[in-house]
Amino acid sequence: MKPEDNKVMQLKDAVSKYIKHGCHLSIGGFTLNRNPMAAVYEIIRQKTRDLHVYAHSNGQGVDELIGAGCVSHLEIAYGGTGKFMPTCIRFKKAVQEQTIIVEDYSNFQMTLRFLAGAMGIAFLPTRSSLGTDIINKWGFPKEFRKQHDLIPNQKLVVMDNPFDGWCDTKKVVLVPAITPDVTIIHVQMADFRGNCRIEGLTFADVEQAKAAKRLIITCEELLDDDYLKNDPDRNQIPFIHADAVVKVPFGAYPTACYRYYDYDAAYMNAYARAAKNDDAYQQYLAAYVFDCPTHTHLLDKVGRGRVESILADRNRGYAKNLDRK
Amino acid sequence: MDYTLRELMTICAAREIKNGDIVFCGTGISMLAAMAAKNINAPDSVIFFETGAIDSKLEDIPLAVADPRIMYHTSANGGLMEAFCTMQNPMSGARIVGILGAAQIDLYGNLNSTVIGEYDAPDVRFSGSGGACDVASFVSRSIIFMKMEKRKFKKKLDYLTSPGFLDGPDGREKAGLPPGGPDKVITDMGVMGFDEHTRQMFLIGCFPGITPDQILDNMEFEIRTDRAVEIAVPTQTELTLLREKCDPHGLIL
Repeated sequence: MKPEDNKVMQLKDAVSKYIKHGCHLSIGGFTLNRNPMAAVYEIIRQKTRDLHVYAHSNGQGVDELIGAGCVSHLEIAYGGTGKFMPTCIRFKKAVQEQTIIVEDYSNFQMTLRFLAGAMGIAFLPTRSSLGTDIINKWGFPKEFRKQHDLIPNQKLVVMDNPFDGWCDTKKVVLVPAITPDVTIIHVQMADFRGNCRIEGLTFADVEQAKAAKRLIITCEELLDDDYLKNDPDRNQIPFIHADAVVKVPFGAYPTACYRYYDYDAAYMNAYARAAKNDDAYQQYLAAYVFDCPTHTHLLDKVGRGRVESILADRNRGYAKNLDRK
Repeated sequence: MDYTLRELMTICAAREIKNGDIVFCGTGISMLAAMAAKNINAPDSVIFFETGAIDSKLEDIPLAVADPRIMYHTSANGGLMEAFCTMQNPMSGARIVGILGAAQIDLYGNLNSTVIGEYDAPDVRFSGSGGACDVASFVSRSIIFMKMEKRKFKKKLDYLTSPGFLDGPDGREKAGLPPGGPDKVITDMGVMGFDEHTRQMFLIGCFPGITPDQILDNMEFEIRTDRAVEIAVPTQTELTLLREKCDPHGLIL
């Protein structure tokens, strides 16, 4: 490896270098799994503001970015983390109080939008959402869309099938490409150049990674040059897309990372309780984000016993006997 | 026999699933209904998640559709693209049964899971579509869980997130959607279906101790009740398998 190929950075430096005020950001993972939480907490600590966030169903990460006041615009399909927060609480509050502007799509549409970005094509068609308010109702007004170069002039466009009914299809919806300034994903393994191996479901991480102008990868394990290349069938993202690689063990905590650790039900429950009350939420942010200069400090604060309790059974991929009440 | 309403609702949904069906499930009770079908009446049904896991073993109950428990012992672990393409593809989509829930439903089985009030200035914001609109757009039939309340069975939805039959028998075709649509609505008081000609909701049956009038009292719109029968209660076998095999720690029930 040539020295210039080495993309390894400290988390603080990667975030301050690439994620500026007003940045168009997408984060990987899904609801309570493989959200790049260490990076999310670092963005909050750096007090980055006015982020335009793209997500399909990122629950925990998006909710914390909104709760800390980092987000002004959000394009999303789903704000929830399943049982712990059926609707993300700070997201709900921010939309109701109109402190963020949200634009709704479906999960497939958001995935197609990232794929279109990754393909370098302006839009892709689907049949999803025909006849619904996802097409009829817009969060970003037309004027706002016209004024901003980084978002398309229309939310969605319905079009007659130009192939005259081919494939029993009369109409399609065109979904516009997303090309975020930065995507951040958390993966199980990466190497110094940024080759990535994701274990378990990839969600839309690969599309999100390839759609972005810059890609920050946080990883559980940082490996030598040849390790991932010796078993390339298991790798999903080649290094050519990567800009920064950061080793952060438990970097998805408190969300899960398949084969490494489970979600921390106790943390997620405590988070949901705090999120319901503004004062309690400020105390949560102070104690668990601002008072923890690094992710290691957060893990120490939570306690190594708790962290050990969520370690995954390597074969099953989760903590078999974890108390999840 | 002793059973809770939640158990009864779960069993009612499970009974709608047949061997060979591919079952799309969301979180909570819909996931439990899919597990119940697999353990009770449809061992050869296939559990399928929008996040990309198919035929998960589900040794332990997942608490979200991205729970690592769905990734264990699957046919394939893919991603969202694979999952939604499987639904949009009419060959595989025709075999998929969707299980959904929502904040509001109307006469034609259209669903709202986005907002109450104005979209730009909502009184209440919900999670949003997630994959629900995709499922409702693509798959051959869906089963919908709802709580019987006037504010949930609405003449007009505040926001139409997921398409049912839209505005009538030819609503889906006019909009450009594939055929399909809602099949059953399972509530805490009874079960509804959709008339094959009018595509309007009607009462299939009441749970024990509930009358059709009580159901109508909890809806903003009228439905036909002349075909209603009493719904069969869960058997001891169904309850035992549901409690012991599907949710032994009571995480959902």
